[in-house]
Amino acid sequence: MKQADFLHMILPFKDKLYRLAKRLLVSNEEAEDATQEVLLKLWSKKTKIAEFNNVEAFAMTMTKNYCLDKLKSKQASNLKLVHSNYKDEHTSLQKQVEVRDSVNFVHQILEELPPQQKIIIQLRDVEQYDFEEIAKVVNMNPTAIRVALSRARKYVRQELIKKHNYGVS
Amino acid sequence: MELANIEKLLEKYFEATTTVQEEQELQLYFSQDNVAPHLQEYQPMFQHFANLLEEQYTRNVPLQPRKNYLKWISVAAVFIFMSTIGITYYVDAQERAKAEIAYAQFKESMTLVSESFNTGASHINHLNQFTETTNKFIITENN
Repeated sequence: MKQADFLHMILPFKDKLYRLAKRLLVSNEEAEDATQEVLLKLWSKKTKIAEFNNVEAFAMTMTKNYCLDKLKSKQASNLKLVHSNYKDEHTSLQKQVEVRDSVNFVHQILEELPPQQKIIIQLRDVEQYDFEEIAKVVNMNPTAIRVALSRARKYVRQELIKKHNYGVS
Repeated sequence: MELANIEKLLEKYFEATTTVQEEQELQLYFSQDNVAPHLQEYQPMFQHFANLLEEQYTRNVPLQPRKNYLKWISVAAVFIFMSTIGITYYVDAQERAKAEIAYAQFKESMTLVSESFNTGASHINHLNQFTETTNKFIITENN
């Protein structure tokens, strides 16, 4: 496999790898490092790549495992990086401030989810994978994924409502 | 899309029984400006998901894996070290061999000299006899 072929092959999903890494590792730099690491590993396995029937799912699984390893080692060293870099667009200033505030809040809620649910939310609600594809990445059966996804979404809703009614009830 | 339908989809959404298409419809509904007031609290959630999708991997893809230079440097260092020792030893051995040859040649020529000297000296030897006898003769004369 030539470099150009490889680049062409990873082009559609390298952003997905990065976003998944970012969801789990939070920091931009760490996510970029993780993506780079995974892409390099993939490149070093280029001779065997033809044997994989779904390279994207394989790469996503690699990213997931790499990030979970990273998280584990990070927890051991008790180091926590907190970044809040995201942007939004349009609507009037007042509303913009309000929405940004809420979006910010959603981000915080997502941060609180356990890693497994973070991965599932990321794959489903952001990347819009179907359950079979998610199942390949996280190695769970579709029913378990559905339960975890529902739980994660409900958690976000519950926290959002809590915030929405803050001071009212 | 009518509100009742959206509410139904939203209900299904939280049970995670919606299809990807239905979720896209929800996403579309919440991305526009006129969202029903009682549903507005969900808007940031969908907006956030949409924002997250815009993040991109900006770094170049490094296809030449970083080489482990340290490993090769150490291999080269060991090689240089060993060859230096080897060369010094070899040069030393050659010099020693040369010196031995020179020594042998010197020794040979010296033996030759000493042999011819000895043969020369053996011819002179009987002159001693002569001096001895003269000495005796002189001594006796003096007495």
